[in-house]
Amino acid sequence: MKIELIINQMNKTLEVQPGETLLETLRANGYTGVKYGCGSGDCGACMVLLNGEPVNSCQVLTASVKGESVTTIEGVGTIGKPHPIQEELVKAGAIQCGFCTPGIVLSAVALLNRNPHPTDEEIKMAIDSHLCRCTGYVKIIEGIRNASKSVSAQDPEFKVPNSRHQK
Amino acid sequence: MSKKESVDTRSAKSASGGKARNFSIVGTSVNKIDALSLSTGRAQFTDDFSIPNTAHIKLLYSPHAHAKIKMLDISETLKVHGVIDIIHHGNVPEIFHTTAGQGYPEPSPYDTLMFDSTMRFVGDRVAAVLAETPEIAEEALSKIKVEYEILPALLDFEKAMDDDAPKLHLEKGKGYLIGAPYFPEKNIAAKILIDVGNLEQGLSESDLTFSETFYTHYGSHAALEPNAVLSYFDERNRLVIVTSTQVPFHARRICSHLLQIPIRQIHVIKPRIGGGFGGKQEVFLEYIAGMFTLRTGRPAKIVLTREEVFISSRTRHPMRVNVQAGVQKDGTIHAIAINALMNTGAYGAHALTVLSNAGSKVLPLVNKAPHQRFNGITVYTNLPVAGAYRGYGATQGYFPLGQMMDIMARKLDIDVLDLYRKNAIRKGETSPIFQKLGEGKEGVEQFIESCGLDECIERGAHEIRWKEKRDKKIRNGAKVRGVGMACMMQGSAIPRVDMGAAYIKMNEDGSFNLQIGATDIGTGSDTILGQIAAEALSVGIDDIIVASSDTDFTPFDVGAYASSTTYLSGEAVRKCAEKVKMQILDVAAEMSHSPVESLAMKEKKVMFPGGELSFQEICHYAMYAVNQFQIQASASHFTTASPPPFAAHFAEVEIDTETGDIRVVKYVSVTDCGQPINPKLVEGQIEGAIVNGISWVLTEEYLFNEKGKMTNPNFGRYKLFSAADLPDIKTIVVQTYEPTGPYGAKSVAEIGINGPAPAIANAIFDAIGVRIHALPLTAEKIFQALKTAKK
Repeated sequence: MKIELIINQMNKTLEVQPGETLLETLRANGYTGVKYGCGSGDCGACMVLLNGEPVNSCQVLTASVKGESVTTIEGVGTIGKPHPIQEELVKAGAIQCGFCTPGIVLSAVALLNRNPHPTDEEIKMAIDSHLCRCTGYVKIIEGIRNASKSVSAQDPEFKVPNSRHQK
Repeated sequence: MSKKESVDTRSAKSASGGKARNFSIVGTSVNKIDALSLSTGRAQFTDDFSIPNTAHIKLLYSPHAHAKIKMLDISETLKVHGVIDIIHHGNVPEIFHTTAGQGYPEPSPYDTLMFDSTMRFVGDRVAAVLAETPEIAEEALSKIKVEYEILPALLDFEKAMDDDAPKLHLEKGKGYLIGAPYFPEKNIAAKILIDVGNLEQGLSESDLTFSETFYTHYGSHAALEPNAVLSYFDERNRLVIVTSTQVPFHARRICSHLLQIPIRQIHVIKPRIGGGFGGKQEVFLEYIAGMFTLRTGRPAKIVLTREEVFISSRTRHPMRVNVQAGVQKDGTIHAIAINALMNTGAYGAHALTVLSNAGSKVLPLVNKAPHQRFNGITVYTNLPVAGAYRGYGATQGYFPLGQMMDIMARKLDIDVLDLYRKNAIRKGETSPIFQKLGEGKEGVEQFIESCGLDECIERGAHEIRWKEKRDKKIRNGAKVRGVGMACMMQGSAIPRVDMGAAYIKMNEDGSFNLQIGATDIGTGSDTILGQIAAEALSVGIDDIIVASSDTDFTPFDVGAYASSTTYLSGEAVRKCAEKVKMQILDVAAEMSHSPVESLAMKEKKVMFPGGELSFQEICHYAMYAVNQFQIQASASHFTTASPPPFAAHFAEVEIDTETGDIRVVKYVSVTDCGQPINPKLVEGQIEGAIVNGISWVLTEEYLFNEKGKMTNPNFGRYKLFSAADLPDIKTIVVQTYEPTGPYGAKSVAEIGINGPAPAIANAIFDAIGVRIHALPLTAEKIFQALKTAKK
């Protein structure tokens, strides 16, 4: 069946199978920054923003989010123009294998959108649904903290659409 | 002067580590070269590669811990629309091998078949299906009819050597290529006995003697990227294998053996890897994908589910360790023995070498005892297969040693810090164990040339406020606090075994291609090896184009294991870059008509008396002007030493005496890894290892039912630490200089995981006076121990 979605602010019509998860749909359509880590919603590697809010895409049926707005890591900064969160994670040494990183970046984007100056406790809670085996989280927290201090994190260019009606 | 600078000055003056040097790029925290591409989702992991017409693999696993396949019927499976091929014990070659990705000949027993008719654990492989989609393959699995003859299962490793224990590997032809002791009739997969002096005599001469037994448990590597492989034929019909491996060259060799095609027909590519920790040092999926491609011509992909990673891949070897020690009243350790019984599960991957490391990386820390023994046995059981895991036996050995040091210090009524200071190995010293106990063979004598352990102890004690908190049992209602510590070492590469190689060529813009077999699995080795080349060649990191781990396009390297890359591959890169530097200077000498000795290299230029030449000019001259040639070199490095990094870890815990609940409040680690090439990446290795360790010690546990089936194979019920669980973590790196390492560096990837188990267990004792001998250190165990202690 065909499903319409707004992915990274572009209208898309995608062919999906009944029972297909959003994770499967996104990866099959080239959004491979979305990762499979556990399939049970416990690790956060497949995190995307759905109408601006972080969700584990392995736990969402694509057919259930028809017409809604999905942001993947491909919609958040590029190598040429990274999002300040990406830049600060790099500088902090917060990226080792990097498999968990796209999901964490998205959770951090959502955090800073609703709370531009979080405490360390708030940062920890915002990324608590993510598992990272490489870093021990210390430098990830540091990177997000540093990004929250950087003015450009508030750049409207990096705002993520948070309404399902927004095109 | 900042705090950090004052620290460096002090380190440079200390007698522990040789002198600090002035470097331009070594010792700076340049950004990891792949970090931006990883953070933007551009970097490609194995499952991100797509080849048109790829078919998908699913595996059928044994539901029984021990069984013989009496009948396997695939006729209904083949009728499923979209099924392409099925492989099982009846249609693939029977070739004994080990899945351990080690150098050849592997020091692990050849006891494994691609598919076997005997199932030896719940999760052993019955068959594999290749189908058009993963869903079809999954459906097809349910159509395979298997009849099993269920055999008695061996689920208690302490009973493995009993006469009436079920035997796992009686088939003829199994054993070691290297002829190591192997007794399958007793379920013994490996056996080691090393004596220095005379243990019994040493114990009888000691003022106090001790004997305590400890248990360490299973653990999942839990790399976030599950194991994945994609295989296909290239345009010349060579087999390409893209794989999430730590050992691309070993993978190629093992696939050649199992698939019975020459090495030249195989091209292994390692893309970005989503963490390894030892779990991807195992070659057990590559040849299945390869076999399907050979049989069908189709690109074939397998990506394990998380549940499959838990039940069918590899785990940490559980161990029972009895420590015997004899000590004099003044705190001199006179005799020490480690008696280890290790459970390798159904197959013997790393059965000998993980065992030996529980002695060889542990006993030398207390090197002065004249009487020492390492007595180890590895046994088979019908449980999940263990393998390499960060720490590699040392982790299993330091839990008992670290607690024994605490026990002895308390009995002697001296500070455990002083017990370490009195007995720990120092610069200039050796241990007889280095020579007696190697990896699958005799070891290599070595003297310690850098050791910052005294400083590690001192600074860690200061940071945790040892004197103020030790033995104080600070109470807040039902909650009591305590502090504990442990010291540890590891190694840097396997001496006289490991080899890494590098190739460098110069480009017209003064940049260089660096090609290395070394395998970056997220560690940052591409970056630090680039830094080493940049240092030697007087350029920035952006002028080094790093490519690694492609069996067609990079030279050989053993791969990412045994804390080897920085030390071993790093020295190969340094040597290679020095050769290239000499060529550049030779060309500059010719161009400037100056003797080589009068030249100096700096910031992409060569200075000669009266002028300078840019790297661009030099490369253009060599490439296009006179006596044209490519400025290029290669170098290999193998090592006769394995200089240990050292560390002291300190934990502060809070125990709820009503519930047994335990919380690590603060964790301090101080580490000597020689000259850090990239301080931030060094800290990252240490912090990652420590949190992995704390998580393993406190919350991670394999649960089995009475039939040997793991009952919690998911992150919901196998609890990894997440950000909210973190204690206050303080990471301190003391600087020494290792003269045999590249720019003074030692390796650092593993050592950090050895500390949490003993440091936390000792802190528990400090708080509540009970000693937990078996991991994990759960609230239930603490609660029970408190209850027993009250009686």
